[in-house]
Amino acid sequence: MATAIPIATGRSATGIPTGKLALWWVIGSEIVIFGGLLASYLMMRLMYDSWSDAASHTNTVAGAINTFILLTSSLFAVLAHNAAERGKGPLAAGYLVLTIGGGLSFLVVKAIEWTGEISHGFTITTNTFWSFYYTACGLHGLHVIGGMTCMGIIAYDAVRGKNLQRVEYIGLYWHFVDIVWIFLFPLIYIAK
Amino acid sequence: MATQGHAAAANGHDAHGHGDHHELSFLQKYIFPLDHKIIGMQYLFTGIFMGVIGALMSYAFRMQMAFPGKAVPLFGLITPEFYNSMVTNHGSIMIFWFAMPVLIAAFGNFLIPLMIGCDDMVFPRVNRLSYQIFLLSAVILIASMFVPGGGFGGAWTSYPPLSASAVYNQTPYGAPMWLLAVALEFVAFLLGGINFITTLMNARAPGMKMYDIPIVVWMIIIASILFMASVGPLIAGAVMLLFDQTIGTGFFDPVRGGDPVLWQHLFWFFGHPEVYVVLLPALGIVAEILPVFARKKLFAYKTILWTAIATGVLSFVVWAHHQFVAGIDPRMANIFTVTTLLISVPITEMLFVYIGTLYGGSILLTTPMLFAIAFIAEFLIGGVTGIFLGASGSDIYFHDTYFVLAHFHYTFVPIAVIAVFAGIYYWFPKMFGRFMNDFWGKVHFWGTAIPFNGIFLPLFYTGAAGDHRRSFDLLNFPELNQPNLIFARQFATISLLVMLAFQVIFFINFFYCMFRGRKAGANPWNANTLEWVAPSPPPHGNFAELPNCHRGPYEYSVPGRDSDYWPQNEPAT
Amino acid sequence: MMESLIAAASSYAGQIDQVTHVVAILGGFWLLLAEAALFYFVFRYRRSRSPKAQYITGETKQQMKWIHWPHNLVLLCDIVILVFAVRAWYHVKQEMPPTDDEVRVVGHQWAWEFVHSGPDGKLGTDDDVSVVDELHLIVNKTYKFKLEAADVLHSFSIPVFRFKQDAVPGRQISGWFKPTKTGQYDVPCSQMCGIGHGIMGGQVYVHTPEEYRQWLDSKAPKSAALPVEGLDRIAMNQGGM
Repeated sequence: MATAIPIATGRSATGIPTGKLALWWVIGSEIVIFGGLLASYLMMRLMYDSWSDAASHTNTVAGAINTFILLTSSLFAVLAHNAAERGKGPLAAGYLVLTIGGGLSFLVVKAIEWTGEISHGFTITTNTFWSFYYTACGLHGLHVIGGMTCMGIIAYDAVRGKNLQRVEYIGLYWHFVDIVWIFLFPLIYIAK
Repeated sequence: MATQGHAAAANGHDAHGHGDHHELSFLQKYIFPLDHKIIGMQYLFTGIFMGVIGALMSYAFRMQMAFPGKAVPLFGLITPEFYNSMVTNHGSIMIFWFAMPVLIAAFGNFLIPLMIGCDDMVFPRVNRLSYQIFLLSAVILIASMFVPGGGFGGAWTSYPPLSASAVYNQTPYGAPMWLLAVALEFVAFLLGGINFITTLMNARAPGMKMYDIPIVVWMIIIASILFMASVGPLIAGAVMLLFDQTIGTGFFDPVRGGDPVLWQHLFWFFGHPEVYVVLLPALGIVAEILPVFARKKLFAYKTILWTAIATGVLSFVVWAHHQFVAGIDPRMANIFTVTTLLISVPITEMLFVYIGTLYGGSILLTTPMLFAIAFIAEFLIGGVTGIFLGASGSDIYFHDTYFVLAHFHYTFVPIAVIAVFAGIYYWFPKMFGRFMNDFWGKVHFWGTAIPFNGIFLPLFYTGAAGDHRRSFDLLNFPELNQPNLIFARQFATISLLVMLAFQVIFFINFFYCMFRGRKAGANPWNANTLEWVAPSPPPHGNFAELPNCHRGPYEYSVPGRDSDYWPQNEPAT
Repeated sequence: MMESLIAAASSYAGQIDQVTHVVAILGGFWLLLAEAALFYFVFRYRRSRSPKAQYITGETKQQMKWIHWPHNLVLLCDIVILVFAVRAWYHVKQEMPPTDDEVRVVGHQWAWEFVHSGPDGKLGTDDDVSVVDELHLIVNKTYKFKLEAADVLHSFSIPVFRFKQDAVPGRQISGWFKPTKTGQYDVPCSQMCGIGHGIMGGQVYVHTPEEYRQWLDSKAPKSAALPVEGLDRIAMNQGGM
């Protein structure tokens, strides 16, 4: 059935569009989830010195490449938002596709990196450091995949000029995913 | 650009008007609804159904406590693993699948759009998804009790290493399924909470300012924010524990470099705010009912609002009072005793404000009013007995005794049972357009309130005498086998049976009056808030014409006016 | 008040009961006051006696003092409770007085293992006496305990001592108690530890020094920690008798 949008959705007592407001709350709740995970990681890391031995086996180069890829893709997300603001749907969709490409490259690098580590015997059950490593990166990876999926749907709409305001929202979300990585990278890869 | 798009969508909708909704099939209307009221009903009925299951479990283990080793009618002999599983799932169900869905999701869904004067939640489809995930979680939880090994029995707190390994808990399927159900339930309430908060922030009726919002809406929103801010670490913790259980990581296993106490921190960082997540909506319901039946303005609206916010903020820094003797650094206990005692101040203040509301009123003791007053009377006991546990010195003794159990049932039963009944009796005319029978309502009230005290007052006594929690049989402990303690346990169990029996009256009253009750008009209680402007029951879209808001929600008995109430939508003349 | 419910048999039981009593008196006062006000208002302002309600916002200074004064007084009571609670807590959990003897306590699914130091008063020596579900102590001696858990969380609880401490696998937690009354008392596990949690519990026997010596002698000194050959010899001796 064609769902009529309630009047409520169009109201804006705060002056912030409803979709954007909700997105900020989504990001807020996600921050707490990642915050809990990283706080647990930090507490244990500070408790056990031996973790730095385990951490020395992470692939900093792959991590650095991925940081670069994600930052670049965030730039495309900004450009997409820019295009959408000017009402250029297809252009925005094009930039979104580039952003998705960034996400894909990120996952490919990740896959290569994990393959190497698993073949060296570092699996999720090796010790608590590696458990955290795979859990945190895995959770982040799921967010990357989720963001790419939403972006695909939004790009599909944007080509037809529909729901262009969503380009900005997915951009915000993508920045958030990016920032989570900015925290993960030094904590897991650089801190040896 | 974005704002324009929204405005256009809204205008387009306005142009259609509200009268021309096409007929929805039964499936669209009741099974996959987008209407916030129907989703609220789904939450209400699912929650009450789960509540009945939880109550039956309490029947099973209370019978075992009163008459150990005797076959229990309906259940047969209670084995230790069955007892543990009942205790665990009773706790989980009553908090996650009864109190939260009914107090936050059911009342929140039903009331928020009506009380702030709009036609629906801002994201109806997210709302529907939230219920569907919730339903899935409930199904998984119930299924977890019928898998090989039985349901999880490691207490609702699910402390590892017991919960982390089937070698210890003997429930290889029950434990992960329990955890999965809890995690899904969290996701459902995150989605719902985001919807609630955004709706309140953006979709209020024109003219409704911060202090014009009914307290119950405020409370549900503050509760949603508390939930959102506290549950994240536990979601992360649940993922970690699930990995420990299923793929063999060692996050909480000390042998493998993990730390079991970490889980306790993650759990209680959520677990204590969770208490206020369910308490605040209950306080909100009471705040709606007291002014209506005392015909009096709520005493010190702003104080209530700010004490609620203060309580919410403080609730984030008290969690370790659950862990005084859990092996944390003893110096930490001193800090958490200070914060815990501090949190008693705003809560006491709020209860005093409620009592103050009754001063100088004109009180009519209808069924909802009786329940609302009982909430205050009983919750006061729950609050005061909490101090024994919040004070680190006496907690060394009282921790994990039945005293704790009686204390938190004196908070949770007023919250999840008494306040919920108050809300149901009060809003029933709005939900179904009919009244519930007041006489049988009062019978139900006395049959609930008196046996409730009969259950838990004796348990304060046995707890203070040393009964420790979650033991399926106390025969091993000579100190706990004195005749007076055994009598107290039996008294509690028989009170429970009486209380359960009286609930049958409620269900008959509820379902009979749903179809045959006395018809109620749009505003049967002469109340001020906006939900009473809409017809009873409100149609899809709620209001014939969306109301504007002109004043605060509690302007009763204003001097110089003929009528003793002053609806929020009535323009001042 | 507490002692009429359960015996107090340790040096600090009285102090913990004192905290309980302070809370009971202060909390009870506010509880009674609030309940009395509540029921009085419901009775006094019922519709038949008070047909017209007053209009009170509760936001003038005059009216707010009815909230502010209780607020301040409750805060004051909290501070009093805090002083008593923290003093008791500090004494029981943070202080470590000079001790006379040591005992090692290990929680298993589902039994307590108590390792007594034996005649030499030192743990980890050959004459340690390890017993299941029986803790033997001498009255009026101060004990240091070392608490461990072998598998899952347990909670070492002696209600008559007003004492409780969770046992955490992977850690050794120390503390102390000083029994002051002879007798036999319960030692339940008060943390959910699995199927057998309900029956997990031992007994603490608080002896006079003479009784304790008798018990120790009956435990065939040095038998507990003898090397394997020794055990064989004892078994042979017993078989021969």
